Order: sequence, then structure tokens, then C-alpha cells
Amino acid sequence: MSYAPNTDADRAAMLRTVGAESIDDLFVDIPVQHRDPTLDLPPALPETDAIRHLSALGARNATSSDRPSFLGAGFYRHFVPALVDQQLLRSEWYTAYTPYQPEMAQGTLQAMYEFQSLVCDLTGMDVSNASLYDGASALAEAVLLCRGVTRRPRVIVADTVHPAYREVAATYVSALDVEFQVVPAARRHGISVRPDVQPLADAIDDQTSCVVIQRPDFLGMVVDPDPVVEAARRHGSRVVVVIGDPVSLGLLVPPGDFGADIVVGELRSLAGPPAYGGPGAGMFATRTQLIRRVPGRIAGRTMDLDGKNAFVLTLQTREQHIRRERATSNITTNQALVTLGATISLSALGRRGLREIAEQSLSAAHRTAEALTEAGAVIATDAPYVNEFAVHAPGGAAARLERLRKEGNVLAGVDLGCVSPTFHDLILVAATELTTAGDVEALASAWACTR
Amino acid sequence: MTDEPLIYDLSSPGRRGVRAPLPQFERVDPSDALPASQLRSDLPLPEASEIDVMRHFLRLSHKNHSVDTAMYPLGSCTMKYNPKVNEVTARTPGLADIHPYQPPETAQGALELIYELEALLAAITGFPAVSTQPAAGSQGELCGLLSILAWHQSRGETRTQVLVPDSAHGTNPATGTMSGLQVISLPTAADGGIDLENLEESLGSDVAAIMLTLPSTLGLFERRILEVVDLVHAAGAQVYCDGANMNAMLGRVRPADLGIDVMHLNLHKTFSTPHGGGGPGAGALAVQAHLEPFLPGPRVVRNGDAFELAEPSPTSIGRVHSHLGNFGNLVRAYTYIRSLGAEGLREAADDAVLNANYLRASLSDDYDVPYDRTCMHEVVLAGTRQRRLGVRTLDIAKRLIDYGIHPPTIYFPIIVDEALMIEPTETESRESLDHFIDVMRRIAREAESDPDKLHYAPVNAPVRRLDEVTANRRPNVRRQPSADAH
Repeated sequence: MSYAPNTDADRAAMLRTVGAESIDDLFVDIPVQHRDPTLDLPPALPETDAIRHLSALGARNATSSDRPSFLGAGFYRHFVPALVDQQLLRSEWYTAYTPYQPEMAQGTLQAMYEFQSLVCDLTGMDVSNASLYDGASALAEAVLLCRGVTRRPRVIVADTVHPAYREVAATYVSALDVEFQVVPAARRHGISVRPDVQPLADAIDDQTSCVVIQRPDFLGMVVDPDPVVEAARRHGSRVVVVIGDPVSLGLLVPPGDFGADIVVGELRSLAGPPAYGGPGAGMFATRTQLIRRVPGRIAGRTMDLDGKNAFVLTLQTREQHIRRERATSNITTNQALVTLGATISLSALGRRGLREIAEQSLSAAHRTAEALTEAGAVIATDAPYVNEFAVHAPGGAAARLERLRKEGNVLAGVDLGCVSPTFHDLILVAATELTTAGDVEALASAWACTR
Repeated sequence: MTDEPLIYDLSSPGRRGVRAPLPQFERVDPSDALPASQLRSDLPLPEASEIDVMRHFLRLSHKNHSVDTAMYPLGSCTMKYNPKVNEVTARTPGLADIHPYQPPETAQGALELIYELEALLAAITGFPAVSTQPAAGSQGELCGLLSILAWHQSRGETRTQVLVPDSAHGTNPATGTMSGLQVISLPTAADGGIDLENLEESLGSDVAAIMLTLPSTLGLFERRILEVVDLVHAAGAQVYCDGANMNAMLGRVRPADLGIDVMHLNLHKTFSTPHGGGGPGAGALAVQAHLEPFLPGPRVVRNGDAFELAEPSPTSIGRVHSHLGNFGNLVRAYTYIRSLGAEGLREAADDAVLNANYLRASLSDDYDVPYDRTCMHEVVLAGTRQRRLGVRTLDIAKRLIDYGIHPPTIYFPIIVDEALMIEPTETESRESLDHFIDVMRRIAREAESDPDKLHYAPVNAPVRRLDEVTANRRPNVRRQPSADAH
């Protein structure tokens, strides 16, 4: 079974046209000693059996409906309206490819243009591409762009930027002449943790191509970006801003307003469930002056021969299929379907809906913190936050998280030791508009009984 | 088809779309939680009703061609049927609603799926180690080259060049640059293969690797592949295989057996995960044992009956994805391989190759075939005969649109004048191919009798040809915010 419709009679007739005796004759260019290996694979499964098998694998994973979950750290459980997946299951969307032939792909192209517009409106930036792989590779590409524009060797990254994003960016520049410097941007004061951007601002110098900060940062804190932006301006460095949760842009001042040169982030939470971390979609927005250096696809508005409004892939001379080794990036396939989901979601939520879920997330997180405090926890975050905060776990986050899961049946959050060993006793707790009062009660009582 | 307004044009102040959930908690005022300086004053998103949003995107979708609409023979993209069962399994709550930071003990099924998929891909390609972390083919290429560089370094060598045939996908040279390498272009020999003499001259102690595509972008299997591999290895370099065309080789040859060192696989091509209007894809990387220590991490490892996540080892090139790659597509590819089994996969390759050769044999009277020998999964034609009539390959492509068929890849590979790169895939039937052949022949006749029919095509699409020059000169890439925005 291969979904191939040809019958043996079809094949025989086609072989006659081709002038071959058998299908084997078509493979004679393969060195004979390596031809026709036996593939050791399990037997083929009809549809029903495949579903049964995959369901069994799925049943061995805990979902968010199995137990309360306060996991965030870049992937948030946000409300995705029902119409989103109904649209994503339309063949016209998901079984098409990159709109190389614009006359047959106006749907995809206009949706890309609308996506780019929504990203610009959310971030306050001038231009957006049609997406990169994920938040992490979007950061990596931003760093590469800044290196290319400034021709400076140093990249300064706050340690409060998502640790996986930092790692990916470091991998991307590993073969290039780039000095990748991670600088602490948060400090412990006893149990608490507070932002401290002075070391970051001080680290920026005339050899710095860009400085990378995150908002809200990986610890959930909303930090005044001005000192870092001003230091960057003084030294002619670019400012890259990672958006921790796109929904936070329903409340927070857009990075374009405080001087960001590039804004990147992960948009998965707007388009569907976390799917174990992928496919996500990397947002990438910047200033008009940099448009010809942007990596990836961009849709543009134009007209057809009759003067009718139309959309087309534009500025393609940036891209690998035209520019080859001089392209701005090697990216080809992006995350179009995920961005389509985000586009539809943002359209359906609209101005008021996005603001409401952002506010509800904020309320849920602050009420969660209150409930934890009542249960005897100490909230470590000593800074404004939207929907994510750190709670102190005496004796270490890892051990406490395991007890909370095993004894209290909650996934209480993420061990912040992944940011820096200094934070090994902090748990990152996220709440959203989908967090229920029951979830919070469960967390608080689990906390109390695991003290 | 009429113009579809922008979603912003369907907006009306105060109109509501879907409702947010009922609040679960007493409200916290954002201005109590956050300094005023950090709060935005306006949010210029559309305000549209749910039905208007639904209709808008539905109408937009109608302007797309797709695999489920009709033939989509885009060369090098493997636009095969996307099985619907894959969409069902990928949406299984236990495989969709799982968080990347939940403890491995609570994600054993997901980890097992990744582990087993890597094993299946290893069996299919012959490579002992596979990483499914890369998000797409291009990212797989980057991982592959970085792994090769790390291997050279582990042997105390620094090599600075990569050889790329002039027929290669543009991603190959672009990846070479991203890996900090100087890209050296290799000319193609008269028979469409690699020029061994030239290869030998180009191979020096600076060459880290050759990136070749197998079968090549001309749709041809490299007959001298074993000599190529030997020459490259003798020079201390590595062989990278762009696996975009793996669909031709399933069950017919395992690339690792040929001595290739590294290969990426496009799960969205060979393994049927949908192309999504441009993505997401998935770009697994397969390597020989000596390169395994350099694979990106974290990796899924088996410990007795349990599956664990091993952080990147000190030798690893590091992480290339926030988490474990495009997991949703790994579910789809796994479903596909389990659905087909060894026999089904081989049948897919067989029919893909037969279909392409059937097109080659059937169209060679009407179109030039620059390398007219048995091809693999795709055939490259040239519109050179039609060019003499004043008709370009672009015109042929646009005329296909009028007949409801997606054009092939055109003007690629760049070494073929007026190229039409046609990949029918195994999921097109003989009748469907016959229809395509009939249309292509009709277009060849039209080129002779009524070339303007081609020059002015398409006329049956939602829009006619577009002004791309103005789009490039004065880019309009977003809605222009109006002065009276909220």
C-alpha cells in the first residue's frame, strides 16, 4: 500500500511506452552490488490499525486535561478559537506549497500579507517576514543579520533570554567569526530575583553588533528596556527583542515604540496546542531600512495586468534559490501553516479578544501567586510580570517539581536552573486564560502538602 | 473571482469576534500590576465577526491550488498525496496537547515515537544514526555541514571549502556560506553527472565536503557515485547528500551503502507530511557512525524500557531547535512509514520513477529533453524548441494554469535553458498523467499556432500575471496603517 493508484495493467502499458521490460530496468544506474536492499521495517498498517497504534503511543503521554499544568517558558496554553483548526484542515491550505505561481496561490499570499500586517501592528515594527522555523532560529537569524549589517564581531545576550534560544543562536554562529557573550541580567537578593540590566548595558561596546533582550524575560519579568536601548544607541549596536509570549503584546508597549531594531518570538501558542514543542513559528519583524537583508519569504502587494489587486512573493533576490551562496539565509520552507493559524486566531479574537485573554492571563498568574503565598510559598519574582513568575523552592526546584507531580498530581512549572545554577531553587510558574480556579486550588494544596 | 478585501477591511469599531473564556479569577488591573510606561495605549487589530473571519479565509482558500485539487508536479518538491490518516494521528490529544517541558516520564509515548522514527529512517537510508531535530531540509543541511566541520576539527584539521555542483539546489551554497565555508562550484559533465576530472582537480586539503544531490536535480542517478565517494574520501573530505530526492530511492538503494557520510531527509517530501502552503516541514539528518557524536542534541535515548532525553554531548554541534523539532510532522511521517511498510515504500519509489519516465517518453516528441536517458523520480524538459517560436518556459507554465494544472518547477536547475522540472510523484494515476501529457501537447501546438494564447496566459485564474517589478522596487509588505486607526 503506497497510495499509488496504478494497477499492474497500467504499469505494463506505461513500461511499453517507456520501452522498458520491467521496473527494475529503470534502476540500472544504481551500482548493482547496492541495488534492492531488504528494508527491515515492521509490517504495513491499514488506517484503523495505524490510528490504534498511534493512539496507544499518545495514551502514554500526559496531556493538559490529565492534570493541572503551569508549564510555559515559551509555549503557553492559550485559547485557540474552534474555527482555526477547521480552516487548517482545508486541503487548499495544507496541501499547497510555497506560492511560487502567484496566480494559483492568491489565498496563501494574501494570508501571508495579512500575517505580516498583524505582526507589524502587534510589534510596532515596519516590516515582517512570513515566518522562520521557531523563536530560536528567528533569534539566530537576527544575530546573523546584525553581524552582516554592522560587521562587528560581538553579540551580547542577556541570560534572561530563553536558554534554548541562546543555545540555538550559539550553534548558528559557531562556525563564523562571532564572539557570543551571555551576560547576567537578573540578580538574586536572598530568595528574590530582580532584574539588573546594568551589566548588560556596560557590556555593550563599539565592537558589539547587537544586544539581545527578552520581554517578558524568561523569568517572566517585564523590565524597562530603556537603559539597554540607550547604551546600544550610544555604541551603534542593534537591539534585538525576543517576545516571550505573543499574547503579552495585547498589553505591553510594542518593541517598535522603544527602539527595537529586530523583534523575534515564537507564535505557536496562537495557533494550536504545544505539540511537544513543534512545529512552532518564528516571528521576525524589523525596520524598513533592513528589509533587503531579511531572511525568508515576504509577500508583497501589487497589481495584475488588468490592474487588479494581487499578492506575490517579493524581494526574492535575497533568497537562496536566486542568490545562492550570497543569500541572506539558507531558509526555504518556513512555518506557513502555523502562521496561518496565528493569523486566523488573531483575526477572530480581534482587538478586544486579544486584550481580554492577555488581561485574563495576567489576572490568573497574579491570583495563582496569591494562592501559592497563602499555601506558604514565597514568590521570588520581585518585578512586574504578566503571566509568569518564579516561586522559591527551598531545597531545589527539581526535587520539589517531582514531588508536586507525584504527590500532588500537578505540573507546577519549569526548573529555572536551566537559566543559570543561581536559579536552581526557583520554579517558573505560568498561568493563562485557560487556567481554572480548580487548577490553582490543586497547585496550592499540592504545594502545602509537599512542604 | 472578485477581490477579497483585507481582514482589516471587514473590521468595524465595536464588532466582536469569538469571545474570550469566562474569567476564572477576580480581575487584576494591568495598571496595578505593571508600570504605565510598559503598557500600550492602542492595539490596532481588526474587529471582525466570527462569520466574517470564517468566510474571509474560506474565500481566500478558494484562490489556492493544492495537491487535493489537481496535479501539482513541482519538481524537487515531491507534492504527493498527504494521507488523511496522518492528520488524524497528529491531532490525537496525547500527541498534540503535550508540552515540551513536561517531564520525560510523562511523555514516554512521544519519546518512543521519536526514537522509533529515527530507527525507521535509519533502516530506510542505511545510516546508523538519525536526528529528527532539524525543522526543515535547509536546517538539516546546516547541521550536516557543522557536524562535518566538527569532525574535521576533532582530527585536528581546519578545512575551509565546500564543493557544490552547479546543478544543486540554492540552499546548498547558501548553507555553505552560513557554515563559514568558501563555496566552490563544480561544473556538470555532458552526461549530467559529476565531472570526475574536474572533481579531482578541485579536491585539496582545504575541502571539507562535497554536497551532492542524489538523484541529481536533473532527475538522474549519479552513475559514478562510487568513484565520486572514493575520490572525496581519498582527499580526506566528506560526502554530504541532499536527500530532497529520497523518494526515488526507497527500497531501491540505501544511500549509506554507497559510502555517503551525511544525508538530510525532507519528511515533507518523501514521507508525505503536508507542505502547508510553505511549511512546516521537517528535515531529519542521517549520519555514519563516525559523525554521530556531533549530531545536534538533546537526543532521545533508550534505557531499558524507558526513554530519556540526553542533553547535547560535549562533542555535539549543539541545539538547532527550541525543542525536539517539528514533532507534529514527526507523528505524520511515522504514521506514513508504518502505514506503508517496506513493500509500500518501495512501491512508492517504483511508481514515482515509472511515472516520471512515462512523462519523459510521452513528451519527448514535443519538448526537448536535454539529458534523454532513464530518469528517476523527475524529468527535466527544456522549452528551447518553443523559445524559437517566441514562447518562453514561463509562458508554458502560465498556460498550464489555465488548464487547472500546477506548473512544474521552472528555470531550475539553472544549468538547463528554459528548464521545466517535472515531478509527478507516485500518487498520480496513469489517467492523470495522460491528461497532463495531453495538455502539454496541446500547449506545444498552441505555441506553434497561437503563441499569444501562451503570452497572455493565464486567463482562467483568480488573477492574471503580476507586476513583480513594482512589487520589488516599492515594496508594500503590510497594510498601511491609516491615520484614523484606533
